Amino acid sequence: MAASPKEGAKQFRVIGTRPIRPDGIDKVIGRARYGADYSFPGMLFGKVLRSPHAHARIKSINIEKARKLPGVKAVVTGEHLPNLKNETIAMGEQPMNPHYLSLNILARGKVLYDGHAIAAVAATNPHIAEEALGLIEVEYEVLPPAMTVEDAMAPNAPILLPELRSKDAPDKPTNIASHIPIKRGDVEAAFKSADFVVEREFRTAMVHQGYIEPHNAVATYTADGHATIYCSTQGPFEVRALSAQVLGMEAGKIRVVPAEIGGGFGGKTTIYLEPVAVMLAKETGHPVKMVMTRGEVLRATGPTSGSTIRVKMGCTKDGTITGAKVWMAYEAGAFPGSPVGAGMLTILAPYNIEHAQIDAFDVVVNRPKTAAYRAPGATNAAFAAETVIDELAEKCGIDPLDFRIRNGAREGVPGPMGPYKRIGMIETCEAIKNSPHYKSKLTGPNRGRGVATGFWFNVGFQSSADVHLHADGTASVVTGSPDIGGSRASMAMIAAEVLGLDFNDVRPLVADTDSIGHTDVTGGSRVTFATGLAVYEAANDVVRQLKERAARLWERKFDEIEFHDGKVSSKNNGVPPLSLKEIAGKLGRTGGPITGRANVNARGVGPAFATTCVDVEVDPETGKVQILRVTCAQDAGKAVHPSYVEGQMQGGTVQGIGWALNEEYFYDAKGQLRNAGFLDYRMPTCLDLPPIETVIVEVANPGHPLGIRGVGEVSIVPPVAAVANAIYRAVGVRMTQTPMSPPRLLKAIHNKK
Amino acid sequence: MSTRKIVETTINGEPTEFICEPRQSLLEVLRDVLGLTGSKEGCLTGDCGACSVIVDGRVACSCLMLGPEAQGKQITTVEGLATGTTLHPLQQKFLEHASLQCGICTPGFLIAAKALLDRNRNPSEADVRYALAGNLCRCTGYDKIVRAVMDAAKEMR
Repeated sequence: MAASPKEGAKQFRVIGTRPIRPDGIDKVIGRARYGADYSFPGMLFGKVLRSPHAHARIKSINIEKARKLPGVKAVVTGEHLPNLKNETIAMGEQPMNPHYLSLNILARGKVLYDGHAIAAVAATNPHIAEEALGLIEVEYEVLPPAMTVEDAMAPNAPILLPELRSKDAPDKPTNIASHIPIKRGDVEAAFKSADFVVEREFRTAMVHQGYIEPHNAVATYTADGHATIYCSTQGPFEVRALSAQVLGMEAGKIRVVPAEIGGGFGGKTTIYLEPVAVMLAKETGHPVKMVMTRGEVLRATGPTSGSTIRVKMGCTKDGTITGAKVWMAYEAGAFPGSPVGAGMLTILAPYNIEHAQIDAFDVVVNRPKTAAYRAPGATNAAFAAETVIDELAEKCGIDPLDFRIRNGAREGVPGPMGPYKRIGMIETCEAIKNSPHYKSKLTGPNRGRGVATGFWFNVGFQSSADVHLHADGTASVVTGSPDIGGSRASMAMIAAEVLGLDFNDVRPLVADTDSIGHTDVTGGSRVTFATGLAVYEAANDVVRQLKERAARLWERKFDEIEFHDGKVSSKNNGVPPLSLKEIAGKLGRTGGPITGRANVNARGVGPAFATTCVDVEVDPETGKVQILRVTCAQDAGKAVHPSYVEGQMQGGTVQGIGWALNEEYFYDAKGQLRNAGFLDYRMPTCLDLPPIETVIVEVANPGHPLGIRGVGEVSIVPPVAAVANAIYRAVGVRMTQTPMSPPRLLKAIHNKK
Repeated sequence: MSTRKIVETTINGEPTEFICEPRQSLLEVLRDVLGLTGSKEGCLTGDCGACSVIVDGRVACSCLMLGPEAQGKQITTVEGLATGTTLHPLQQKFLEHASLQCGICTPGFLIAAKALLDRNRNPSEADVRYALAGNLCRCTGYDKIVRAVMDAAKEMR
């Protein structure tokens, strides 16, 4: 079998199998080191003082009493940080504003949400550090908060950031950080030509990524001005760059060592504790460990936006969508930067809609600054659009999957980033249509079945990989992508495939920021796609060098040399083929060690689609929804390790179910978060769920040599809408607000009667 | 700090003595005093199960137990599941079924599953889901975890 996929597109030896992940043993015996597991001699423990108010002016901060507590070694506030320029700069996946980033790390002037960091303490143990927080005296002038997009967009709304201006009204302070309008065709004419028009308003609650591991950072600082940060992050290079910005340090003087990471889902792509730990380490000369409590995680780290979305869509009797009009406003949190832009670009992306108009608003509110959450912005949007589409399909009397297939995007249709190349939207709908689940009969009272489709861009960006060939014929693969769900396995599989090695002869490593070239975040479903591309190219670089060595050994021309199945041979025969292992043993005599290298800025991104089918049963007495059965069909392009692809599909589906049914940030009138714990922020447990069925669809991405698309995110997009559509089929009410929790659903059922 | 207590206990079959402050949780003692960092802190309120240990045959959240409460108890942590370099069947099945993604909840799930299989060799899927309902996993949707536990039970019978 060919090792090179160009020669045999569907034939793989390692890719598509299900080996045991190389880092697995350490993770089941409790030896894997996550950020909070790092310790150093003389280490201190840091804690953060946080605002109890949603919106207040800081009149004074007195740290003297805290400083004097025995065991306290340092107290720092925002005054210890440089003031940075208020400008938007491009950095990795998302634009960032150094000024606002810095204000989010430690507040100055004002606090903008319940949980906003104000000061930090380092002490000889965490209990003393916590005691010291209680001794810091902060005088506040409490201001009224703006908690929702409606509050914040109202004419006399409290203003969070006095300098903020909108293009719509450049002379007036505002909470609207941006308004993006897009328009194509003539949407009003499209509605006139429609036989059915549906218009609804949707609200989604702010929800958290809910990773089980709290944020953490251990920092050291040495006399020569170098800092090392050990932390659980999706982006060690982002932690380095952002921490350098906030601290006013050169990035080259910070080394970030990515620890194992206990979940992120986008929430660990930015910084919170990291620069503070460096400040405290610098101040004291000791290593400093900081770990958030669960309450801190929920109050002060990246949830994703709650939103208000209005969708108007029309179709003809035969089920052809004529046009769509959307108004959407997303909560950015305390500083600009919600994923409303992605929401806007994804909301109509699964369909071929000629006439469309969208107005999108990024709105600051007195809530924590939002961070990426798995297909950021797309789930909110899909809840709205896919519910309206379900309603249109019903009005036409067409099966909801057939309606989607009829209007579905395919090759050549305009997508959000230009015309689509080969995509798998239709295939995911067909996969559900042909699934045992969809073909089964759902019977019984108060039961219903719903479907929905979701789109996500996937991203490329920069990755680096080194492949070292060892003298015994084994190899190691070094990348800069933290392994958040089994990616070490897929990196080793790609290298093994190219090199003709057994999976177990390739050891994958995740390196720190001094040991590998720049690599963007583990996010955007990019690791298997982009870092996988770097590994593929680095392994091919090894192959090229092996061929050079063979040419030298045999005194033949390079072009005569071939590499197949882990063996080097000459086209003109005359010499017996040499295995990779044999050449590896001769490296010293033929020119020295071989390392294959590749640095990529990956192009050829292949968008992802998923279609999900859910059966529910509603208890009409309580409004509780039981998930009876669920199936997710998703286009992976090529599933490198199918078990971990299924895992992404299952995990995203269940996060979507949690979002649909239970999860929400609950703020009181004063803007204080009332459910900052896992008891009251209710994520699904295994008792709430059935098995999660999966259908992996493989429509090869034409932009990747192995056909890979990336699988991390899109599975979260359809479930909220699919659950809403299933509830409608079960009890006849259209739910337009998340979570579709028992009291809310019960009320809707009563209102219907 | 004269309030410190000397505690005699048994951890993973090994008689163990430690000194702790009364306010230190068993989780803090395991991790920061004894260096057993396999038990994880996810919430400190007993809601996530990442810190689960077996205390005298019953699953407990070590974040909700104080260090001194370990006095005279038999405690099993995730570090005590394997025998030398031989993995416990649950550990092996978690690997084979790809039941972990980030792995932070895995120690707690293994402990809760072991406690279940210690008392019920033939659990139904519903038994497994009930026994693991005190453990949160945000990556997997639980599907592959439940399958691994069922498979391990089958193999151990």
